[in-house]
Amino acid sequence: MSTDSIEARVQRSLYGARRWHPAEIAFWVLALAAFFLLPRQLLILNEIAILGLFALSLDLILGYAGIVSLGHAAFFGFGAYAAGLFAKHASADPVTGLAVGMSAAGLLGLLTSPLILRGSDLTRLMVTLGVALILGELANSLGGITGGADGLQGIMMGPVLGLFEFDIFGKVAYLYSLAVLFVLFVLARRIVGSPFGLSLRAIRDNPLRASASGVPLHWRLVAVYTLAAAYAGAAGALLAQTTQFVSLDVLAFHRSADLMLVLIVGGAGYLYGGLIGAVAFKLLQDVIASFTPQYWMFWIGLFLVLFVLGGRELIHGGIKAVVGRVARLGRRAST
Amino acid sequence: MNAALQTFDLCKSFGGITATDHVDFTLAKGARHALIGPNGAGKTTFVNQLTGVLRPSSGRVELMGEDITGLPREARVGRGLARTFQINQLFATMTPVEMIALVISERLGRGRQPLRALDREKELVAETAEILARFRLDDIMDERIATLPYGKQRQIEIAAAFAAKPSVLLLDEPAAGVPEAERRELMATVAGLPEDVSVLLIEHDMDLVFRFATRITVLVNGRLLADGTPGEIANDPAVRAAYLGEHGHG
Repeated sequence: MSTDSIEARVQRSLYGARRWHPAEIAFWVLALAAFFLLPRQLLILNEIAILGLFALSLDLILGYAGIVSLGHAAFFGFGAYAAGLFAKHASADPVTGLAVGMSAAGLLGLLTSPLILRGSDLTRLMVTLGVALILGELANSLGGITGGADGLQGIMMGPVLGLFEFDIFGKVAYLYSLAVLFVLFVLARRIVGSPFGLSLRAIRDNPLRASASGVPLHWRLVAVYTLAAAYAGAAGALLAQTTQFVSLDVLAFHRSADLMLVLIVGGAGYLYGGLIGAVAFKLLQDVIASFTPQYWMFWIGLFLVLFVLGGRELIHGGIKAVVGRVARLGRRAST
Repeated sequence: MNAALQTFDLCKSFGGITATDHVDFTLAKGARHALIGPNGAGKTTFVNQLTGVLRPSSGRVELMGEDITGLPREARVGRGLARTFQINQLFATMTPVEMIALVISERLGRGRQPLRALDREKELVAETAEILARFRLDDIMDERIATLPYGKQRQIEIAAAFAAKPSVLLLDEPAAGVPEAERRELMATVAGLPEDVSVLLIEHDMDLVFRFATRITVLVNGRLLADGTPGEIANDPAVRAAYLGEHGHG
């Protein structure tokens, strides 16, 4: 076999990682179709989109760089408060506020990233948890700024792009969140398929070999941690803007823990896991809460135990099978 | 300056144990050099100091005449010092294409770039193809590394180090654990490395060492016991006593 054709095959392999799969296109078409098909569910769809973006953020560090975190809500909450305060005191423009929330959370990520560079998974879990606890307590005690336990009230949002006013049905909210999710998803997809993204996977797989291959571990981890923090901040900002309210709950421990759950249910390391997990988690929450409103956490807990013990392969196998079928359909349709 | 890699009075101790004891070592440019020594002689500790995994207690390491003693691992790779590991250190979830592409992308300084597409990098694609072909990995380039047979994984281990375009390549027991049938192919690969790459082979297997090396250094108890041509080493009474004798080789 000549080198030439090997070159072509190498190129095809490397291209494969960023080629749009038919199932992906179907996924986004469905997400948009949901706007028309489920007009009464737009508020929950908005929550799903926000949770999906938040989980996507965790996937960037956990699924791609192998950084575990039990305090990812720190960035979510920081972004939410930043966007909320910005709207209240500076400008009601949503997109500017979103940028502010992202930048604030990204900066926090950059500043706290040295804490997660060294140490085992356990240290990282504890350190990230600690950062989130500190922020939660700060938000609680700085009531003059954050509104404390009453929450940050009186946020009035302007229309998106100066055109679309938020409404009580969540129409604009869902489309806005979905659009932001999509744009940030496409960007994340591009990043994980880049040389930078490949080096993250190298670090996750084997830090020793990564550094022996010339990868500067620390800088890459700082970069992805900052990026993921900004993504979490975007999710927080979306929540603050679309609900026009920020409560202490945005920094709560359960938010970080739920997030881990979401990503594990959906599967880490392929970007869609967080989105699929968010859909599954919210639906599960909704369904269970409708017949046992007080004890739904019991069922979520039971589900989690069973899922981790044995259902994971089953469910992820199921997802793969569906994706495969869609892909075959797509191929047939295109030939 | 004829040395590719040199150590001066290198020492490393762990608590009370001296693992490297005043070692002055020279790897000549273009050398086919072997480092041997019984188990626990401190070979791996020595190599780890060359590559920056361990910091020496005292002494100096020079690569192409430049002091690299304080440099981090990845910076040494950038300057042309690459290694393989005694126990495979691979990117298990990647394919050979991805793993080789990663090494090349880092060498070309692309790793910092989050928005470029890998397949659009002409140079990277061409070099990846070249390495895969040279190490006969092209037929399995899209398999997950974790699922490949051990011999192939050893091959990837060497290919990944070579992809860093090293001027000095350290091979830490490349054939360890490789079944006899695949050993030949592996050693053919090692023998076929370009002459401008200086190779230091750390090895247990005396047959391999004497077939491959034109110069041999013997390390015993962290000290440099002998250094010479294979003939000199084979006939050195001290070496025979300390090392070869007990293994029944020579």
